Amino acid sequence: MKKRTHRGRIWVLLDRNGKLIEDIDTDQIYHNAFLHITEVSEMGKHALGNLEGWKDFAGKAAPGDILVAGRNFGAGSSRQQAVDCFIALKIGAILTPSFASIYFRNAVNSGLPVLKSARIEHLVAGSKLESGDEVDVDFLSGRALNVSKGVSFEVEPMGVVQREIFEAGNLFAFGRSLDRRD
Amino acid sequence: MGKTIIEKIIQAHTRDEARAGRIVWMNLDIRSARDFGGPNVVKHYEREYGDSPLADRTKIFFTFDLCAPACLLRYADNQQACRDFALKHGIKVYDVDQGIGTHVLMEEGLAQPNSTVVGTDSHMNILGAVGSFGQGMGDVDIAFAFRTGRTWFEVPETVNVVIKGALKKPVSAKDLTLFLVRELGTKRLALKAAEFYGDAVAGLSLAGRLTLCSMITEMAGIIGFIPEHNNAAGKEIENFAGAPFSPFAADKDASYAETIELNIQGLPPQVAVPPSPTNVRPVAELRGVRINSGFIGSCTNGRTEDVAAAARILKGRKVKAGVMLKVVPATRRVYQELLAKGILQDLFESGAIIVNPGCGGCAEGHVGLTGKGEVQISTGNRNFAGKQGKGETYLASPAVVAASCVAGQIASPEDL
Repeated sequence: MKKRTHRGRIWVLLDRNGKLIEDIDTDQIYHNAFLHITEVSEMGKHALGNLEGWKDFAGKAAPGDILVAGRNFGAGSSRQQAVDCFIALKIGAILTPSFASIYFRNAVNSGLPVLKSARIEHLVAGSKLESGDEVDVDFLSGRALNVSKGVSFEVEPMGVVQREIFEAGNLFAFGRSLDRRD
Repeated sequence: MGKTIIEKIIQAHTRDEARAGRIVWMNLDIRSARDFGGPNVVKHYEREYGDSPLADRTKIFFTFDLCAPACLLRYADNQQACRDFALKHGIKVYDVDQGIGTHVLMEEGLAQPNSTVVGTDSHMNILGAVGSFGQGMGDVDIAFAFRTGRTWFEVPETVNVVIKGALKKPVSAKDLTLFLVRELGTKRLALKAAEFYGDAVAGLSLAGRLTLCSMITEMAGIIGFIPEHNNAAGKEIENFAGAPFSPFAADKDASYAETIELNIQGLPPQVAVPPSPTNVRPVAELRGVRINSGFIGSCTNGRTEDVAAAARILKGRKVKAGVMLKVVPATRRVYQELLAKGILQDLFESGAIIVNPGCGGCAEGHVGLTGKGEVQISTGNRNFAGKQGKGETYLASPAVVAASCVAGQIASPEDL
């Protein structure tokens, strides 16, 4: 079973004016020029490759890092690569006020922890969440702590299906566990 | 308590209680994958399920519409991998000659009213136009759906959108749609379904219904339905479906997240300014913006009626020297209709470039890409930074794109 808590260094996706970027679409996360790729391990280097100011993200990110972004993250296309590129980089979680619907499903199905928090915009605006901070998140209770700044906040805990798929590993493994249950 | 349309469709596909906010296991009628996403589906399937049979292979399809025919070796390889898988499992391929998958599924009578249809296309929800619950999904979901015929789904809340006023020609369904994208943005319909009511939407042709429903994705919505329809649209849908058109209606006591009233009386033609489909302004404010290229097509505006609206403006006129106008019919059937009506002749004589059916404009590997510094005006649905290349893309109706290509700058048909 996977760990229910995660600690990692955060990257807060800010624009040039220091504002949390909203509506980041899948062409900014993983550009359509690389949709021919079917090997997950080859997708990491294209992560955020078309997002102004973050095109060098793949080179900076380390396994376990946590992404913090603005609302409607993952708008646009249905491409799984926009999730898999972060899996390739071993990103530990993504925190945003909200996700685009298909993106959220894709992340859940791939077992990437995606968590919503209405507090994020406020915390970022108040410099309570900054790139480089160490953050602890409990996926099941929703308790989160910015260890670097001593600020605690809430995220929405994983829902039942999300948790079950996460614990199984991905949708395929979860499906097999259902077969056994039946 | 009564049900909304989306609750009724999902209820007809699950044993669970389909009520907004609940997660249900939903049966999927039609499952499909494109040349983007399709090869990943094949890879997942073979890794996870080996030679195990598909769940009802007669309801599974490949639809190649993005890089069609393949103009890059990597896409040629990917498409062939899907064809090989299809042959092995006995499933049908709508190949590179057929056009946009969602439109083909509709024309072939596969996207039936009140059915569930999924595929690796985020504009799958365009099928709301024919009362079908279309939904774009990633390759993991689709591979799972190929094998099991179902998936989990959170039943969305529904927003009731009431539109007052009438559309006055040449203002089109696209202008109405862009106006809605401006008004509703990416927040009002986010993660929700929508039902659109009012004479202006009830009076839309099938092409117009498709235009409106295609851009629910750009509003971050799950799907949009237009419960009322006129006779012509109903007849066209029945011809494709091969059965009387009787989509579910919402119950009188259905529960909505919100009711939004909008008035479109006197609406002028609209243009979405890069880099966002929500950045919409009246065409008059953009008059004079120089353009290098135009694009007419996409799932949003690739029907016969759309191309014909552009051709009416282009007939007897010329595309301005130095401007490229690319026309991509949505499907082979549309292409045939355009041929039969002489519309392609008119387009050709105006100087337009006519391309074989497909998506176009939305991804590398098809026409509609822009170079650095290039300004394009397109009937498509997205203009995010860098999506179609380093140039800038404005979104507009077929009539506005045609007029702009004649003028060499953003223009309304009335300006000519």
